[in-house]
Amino acid sequence: MADADASADIGADAGPGHAAAEAVARRSYGKLIALLAARTRDLAAAEDALADAFAAALADWPRHGIPHTPEAWLLTAARRRLIDGARARRTHDHAADTLRLLGEWAQAATDPAGPRAEIPDHRLALMFACAHPAIAAGMRAPLMLQTLLGFDAAAIGSAFLVAPATMGQRLVRAKSRIRQTGIPFAVPPLAALGERLGAVLDAVYACYAEGWSAPAGTDAQRRNLAEEALWLGGLVATLMPEEPEALGLLALMLFAQARRAARRDEAGRYVPLAEQDTTRWDARMMDEAERLLRRAGALALAGPVQRVGRFQLEAAVQSAHGVRRLRGTADWPAITRLYDALHQLTGSPVVALNRAVALAETQGPAPALAALDTLDGDARLADYQPYWAARADLLQRLGQAAAADAAYARAIGLERDPAVRAFLQQRRAVPLG
Amino acid sequence: MKYLLMIYSDEAAEATMTEADNAAEMAAYGAYAGAMVEAGVMVGGERLRPTTDATCVRLRNGQTELLNGPYADTREQLGGYFMIEVPDLDAALHWAARCPTAPHGTIEVRPVWEM
Repeated sequence: MADADASADIGADAGPGHAAAEAVARRSYGKLIALLAARTRDLAAAEDALADAFAAALADWPRHGIPHTPEAWLLTAARRRLIDGARARRTHDHAADTLRLLGEWAQAATDPAGPRAEIPDHRLALMFACAHPAIAAGMRAPLMLQTLLGFDAAAIGSAFLVAPATMGQRLVRAKSRIRQTGIPFAVPPLAALGERLGAVLDAVYACYAEGWSAPAGTDAQRRNLAEEALWLGGLVATLMPEEPEALGLLALMLFAQARRAARRDEAGRYVPLAEQDTTRWDARMMDEAERLLRRAGALALAGPVQRVGRFQLEAAVQSAHGVRRLRGTADWPAITRLYDALHQLTGSPVVALNRAVALAETQGPAPALAALDTLDGDARLADYQPYWAARADLLQRLGQAAAADAAYARAIGLERDPAVRAFLQQRRAVPLG
Repeated sequence: MKYLLMIYSDEAAEATMTEADNAAEMAAYGAYAGAMVEAGVMVGGERLRPTTDATCVRLRNGQTELLNGPYADTREQLGGYFMIEVPDLDAALHWAARCPTAPHGTIEVRPVWEM
């Protein structure tokens, strides 16, 4: 398989041809892959063909100038590669469909009027294919990153902490599954849309969460996963503007993104949410998130069936935290109620943990610790750093020094981010006054 | 499966660490090892003396040769290891990523050849 990461590598050399190729690659990668694979469902072949087309563009554009419609140029070049490849394999391939398709493409490629400038957008269909229930849940986000954004297996593996070779194999298998099992490239019918859209949004959020936990700016070579996930979320919200959960997810990610810079002070030390300088929050981004959340809420309550979902509730939690920039304190009663609703909806132990933390602000540390105790022994939290950090903090506030120390040790041992680890070590050594 | 986490870092840089940073790193290691014990994945592990204390042994043409120093001169040196037992490589990588040396060194994760 050729390197599918064409978009990330282009542009190392300066020059208008290279710059244009890079711009098109970033903007159009997923659009072109979606179009190339929409009917064959052969993502691997589409990626190879597009990588070849980008290579051809890098050779051609600096010499002959940037074509009038760069996307169409790339599409035509990639289709030629697909045709050549399919011809070579024709004898042992499912022939009839492919041949008909290739005939259409060949005609389009030689159309004297040139290829049409307007390229139909099948990206949403591609996202639904990537997040299909037949694809393992853990592979949906990686598959989206590869097919829509052109990330290579090594970058995806690094983000999700999976060995690059393993991630490569899993991606190949997932793509082969899409082709072999007939997973459709289509937006599902209304009856199935809710659940299927949920899987798409979960995958986008998984990309964001991985990007969010990576400290900003530590690796200039690595593309900013959080921003790419925001872009994907924006794409879904644009293509499905009437879906409240799509808007809710975008609002949630914008709220989080607005606070991203405030998570570190000038010295690079970790700053927890409650102590962040609100003037360092991006007000414009938060306003946009508020607007999206209001619109989502209006849509969710408008129809015959209520469509308030997980992402709207989580965005509303962020909004209640954001109130601190106006009132000086977060709206903790609202946060507690929202986590109650979220817990009813998802039953997630992480939500229960957050609910307990909110309880500490409204009712004090003792009821909060009691709530945490009900989660004790949940295997899903045993290796989850925030659970132990929350426990440690509550125990410390209740004066149970030895138990607090042990919980801090557990949290510190589970943390990946050196800044957060240093923060926890500080708290362990110097209890809050 | 068993995996060996080999912890590589720049000895020279570590030798110049301040006392406070050194103490913080040791405390972080204590917490890290403790978390692995609590999670039931720890098989064993040790910190190694620096490579200046290493001696290499080999037999050539019937003669035993001893060499001072490490086997290979590299930018980062093996400074310790953990042996862990986890279900798969993904889990091993998650533990490796939490190693206090990961932010400034390299953790090589190697599956044990099961006999």
